[in-house]
Amino acid sequence: MNQTAPSAEVVAAATARGYWSTVLARLSRDKLTVTCALILLGVLLMAICAPLLAPYDPFKGSILKRLLPIGSPGYFLGTDELGRDMLSRLIFGARLSLVMGIAPVLNALVIGATLGVIAGFLGGRINTLIMRTIDVFYAFPSVLLAVAISGALGAGIFNAMVALTIVFIPPIARVTESVTTQVRGLDFVEAARASGANNFTLIRVHVLGNVLGPVFIYATSLISVSMILASGLSFLGLGTKPPEPEWGLMLNTLRTAIYLNPGVAALPGAMIFMVSICFNLMSDGLRAAMDVTQ
Amino acid sequence: MSTTPRALLEVRELRKHFGLKSGIFSKGAGTVHAVDDVSFSVQAGETLGIVGESGCGKSTTARLLMRLIEPDAGRVLLDGRGIGEPGAQGLSVRDARRQMQMVFQDSFASLNPRLTIEDSIAFAPIVHGLSSRQAKSRARDLLAKVGLAPERFAARYPHELSGGQRQRINIARALALEPKIVILDEAVSALDKSVEAQVLNLLLDLKTELGLTYLFISHDLNVVRYMSDRVMVMYLGKVAEIGPVDAIYGRTAHPYTSALLSAMPSMDPARRTQQPPLIGDPPSPIDPPPGCRFRTRCPYAEDVCGERDPVLAAEGGGHYVACQMKKAGSGHSAAPAPIASPPPL
Repeated sequence: MNQTAPSAEVVAAATARGYWSTVLARLSRDKLTVTCALILLGVLLMAICAPLLAPYDPFKGSILKRLLPIGSPGYFLGTDELGRDMLSRLIFGARLSLVMGIAPVLNALVIGATLGVIAGFLGGRINTLIMRTIDVFYAFPSVLLAVAISGALGAGIFNAMVALTIVFIPPIARVTESVTTQVRGLDFVEAARASGANNFTLIRVHVLGNVLGPVFIYATSLISVSMILASGLSFLGLGTKPPEPEWGLMLNTLRTAIYLNPGVAALPGAMIFMVSICFNLMSDGLRAAMDVTQ
Repeated sequence: MSTTPRALLEVRELRKHFGLKSGIFSKGAGTVHAVDDVSFSVQAGETLGIVGESGCGKSTTARLLMRLIEPDAGRVLLDGRGIGEPGAQGLSVRDARRQMQMVFQDSFASLNPRLTIEDSIAFAPIVHGLSSRQAKSRARDLLAKVGLAPERFAARYPHELSGGQRQRINIARALALEPKIVILDEAVSALDKSVEAQVLNLLLDLKTELGLTYLFISHDLNVVRYMSDRVMVMYLGKVAEIGPVDAIYGRTAHPYTSALLSAMPSMDPARRTQQPPLIGDPPSPIDPPPGCRFRTRCPYAEDVCGERDPVLAAEGGGHYVACQMKKAGSGHSAAPAPIASPPPL
């Protein structure tokens, strides 16, 4: 038996593909998703290599070169209201904007998914306790909640991140809870329970794999919301503080120049728009690719 | 004790009532009597068929035996040891599950879509302490046993297989712990007829090969007759009739069983059923009235049927029936005359 086993494995590996290779193969056929992923990868690389790419210091302004239009010689994307190079600021701005988009969602994913899986799997009183507590947060509109928490904690990048994390925990926990409740009722969980497995093993082997996919996709779509909310906080003076380059804050400070030089003023907005739409489209693509049962 | 061999599985007055909640402030809107004082026993090596309409408590009984739901009352004895009872005479639920496994009706829902076939089958042995390598080699052996080439199927995912293949996997999965008893809860009902026949024959082969005992739950009377040694007929959470398969199909004693049998489609048009079929659905199992639960649809119902619960009475040859018509001196006009009590000495 043991001697024949390895050869059987080789045959099996040749005939059947694993789950992730199936997903990758499906993704590679989806041109839109691939394009979005490449754009996001580009933005990420741009953020990482910002000092190498940026032609000027993003903090250094010049009174003489204020609000140059797009295409000015030496200033490809023009300059802002303090005469700082827009291209350099947009490149450096990607750093903070991406962090503000991704970090709160990741934190909320860890906390919210844990709460949701516990609530959904155990059910009963524990579910009521967790989910009703979560419901309290739904009483406030998310923007208002973020502003309130941020305001209470004080301005600053870290506090804005904490505020956004708190804002995103409830929706992630709720989605996780509902998916977990669905999965928990399926026969294969019953069958696994009937084979004598404890709750921890059941969750690890049978629940997480089926729950995290949809929750992860949902969280991806929240990244764009997080970026926009973070921009909103910066706009209100609660997130990043000037002169730090961040797209939301840049949008705010350039607001005064919208009649003088609308092209330049719209650039940070265009970046936010492009990145968030890429995240949304990519999450749609992932959803389709990860549903292997179709 | 007695001369009869001890039953492998003995169920005593098993009961499960589900409380219905209607809101936060009301205590309850009634109780569903899903399984009500059900008692039966299964000998090692036999197949007990359980039949009945949907909602009669067949599946609830199966889930109670597996302890997937907690019973309200009653005992389940496996090899003479009470499942979930403390002490030396008791048997932990975990150990009981090792000896008793279940195959579900929905072959797709009962396999984790994210695990390969091999991992699904190997899961239970790993939980019970086998190394991953040993468990996988057992999984491959079992795949071969249920008629699927291990090298072709081990690394596949459930959605790549057909319903019949998936149900074979579920059978292999249930056998992975080397149980004594396998509960087949409508295991072939969702398959089409030709595949169903193949899977039934596979089940029969496995039974002889591995010395298994089956609890075969189905609503298909033909299939139950083919598979079972004894048959139990359930109606609204109660046992209506239980006995050897020939007695149930040949010397039917309960009016419900005869109604079920007359509704069974015949292959021979000349032997088409002449009896009127049962009308309507079974009454709601929520707070059922006292007395015989079948009386609302029974053509022979009399006053006595609403007054007293029928109890299982011996018909001879291991055949028991719960009907006032069969109980001597019950007061039903069709009941046999009471046996004269022996004169006091």
